[in-house]
Amino acid sequence: MQVAHRMKQPSEDQVLQNPGDDHKRLMESVSVSQDREAFKSLFVYFGPRVKAIMMKSGADHATADDLVQDVMMTVWRKCALYKPARGAVSTWIFTIARNARIDRLRRASSRPYDDIDDFELVSDDADAEQEMLAGQRASLVSQAISALPDEQQQIMEMAFISDLPQSEIARKLSLPLGTVKSRMRLAYGKLRINLKDV
Amino acid sequence: MTVQHHLDDATLMRFASGDLDEAFSVIVASHLVLCKACRHGVRKAENIGGGLLESVDQVPLRAEAIDDVLALIDNDKVCDQTPQQPVKMPITHESDVPEPLQHFIGPSLDQIAWKTVAPGIAKHMINLQSPARSSLYMLRIAAGKAVPEHGHGGNEMTLVLSGAYRDDMGIFGPGDIEDLDEHIEHQPKVLPDAACICLVATEAPTRFKGFFSRMLQPLVGI
Repeated sequence: MQVAHRMKQPSEDQVLQNPGDDHKRLMESVSVSQDREAFKSLFVYFGPRVKAIMMKSGADHATADDLVQDVMMTVWRKCALYKPARGAVSTWIFTIARNARIDRLRRASSRPYDDIDDFELVSDDADAEQEMLAGQRASLVSQAISALPDEQQQIMEMAFISDLPQSEIARKLSLPLGTVKSRMRLAYGKLRINLKDV
Repeated sequence: MTVQHHLDDATLMRFASGDLDEAFSVIVASHLVLCKACRHGVRKAENIGGGLLESVDQVPLRAEAIDDVLALIDNDKVCDQTPQQPVKMPITHESDVPEPLQHFIGPSLDQIAWKTVAPGIAKHMINLQSPARSSLYMLRIAAGKAVPEHGHGGNEMTLVLSGAYRDDMGIFGPGDIEDLDEHIEHQPKVLPDAACICLVATEAPTRFKGFFSRMLQPLVGI
């Protein structure tokens, strides 16, 4: 819990060194006081990135622009649901973008993901989850990913950014499906270790 | 309940990246509400998406993008008073049916419309919203009953909601999920004390090994 407290009141140094903390502060302003300028800063940073992943997932410019608007409107409307202790703002925005991508690009239902969010809101282990995730900072996640072997990084990007199904990744890389799965497990195992008690 | 059998790490990653179709998303989400360890596992995996989102090459937005959204949020405040939530089926947190499954079968295991497909085996097919290669169904298998040995053309997941069964991987009780890929064959046998009710997602029709079992397949479809 000490960690969570420290994240809420970062020193000047931490803010300067760590854009992730800066994003948390901006999200807090949006959520506490509907701060339009703070939201604008988040939009400027995340909008072009969300657009990038939508285009890599197969959307054309117009659809991707539309999806950026949807995603950022959800960030605004659901800002109260973002808990700094849950992790980086970028992770939260990624999940909103992923859900929009499932609904719009895959024409499937993202409701199971919403059910998990709803469940966490009412579950009594929220504190434990907060403690666990409190220390996960965006910059360290990026570092941990770039420390992965290229072959694992490539699969992570194809899965999370380009939205390719596992079977399609195997086909594109001419690898057996089992190899793709074991590389995913390896990458996950390493990140799990590196992100522990950050 | 203490969950003993968890999701494969590769499945946590697929759920986090959004790669599972509706049948598998529903069964994974149903396990997640019952299993704190896997819930944490998914949250960790989602960090990868966040980290990659930070480092992706940006694509410029159209010039008016930001003003459009700011105009929308300004209107939003004005509209905030009006009710906007569509009426949903009420979800209860005090139920033997995990929340993500309640949308499909309601809040009670006692009110499922079972259809007997073989002696001691009843099935309830779940209608999904989006058409997919995978199917999702409930099975109720009588106490002590064995299901014919079967391999799978694709992934198969089984989430136990009530009762328990045993196979080569161990004993599976309420909350446990058996996350099998296409190479594994198993022959579940329900423990003698009570019927076992599970949720099952399969990627492709399962192939039974024996001749008589193959004859059973159109009936059971598992």
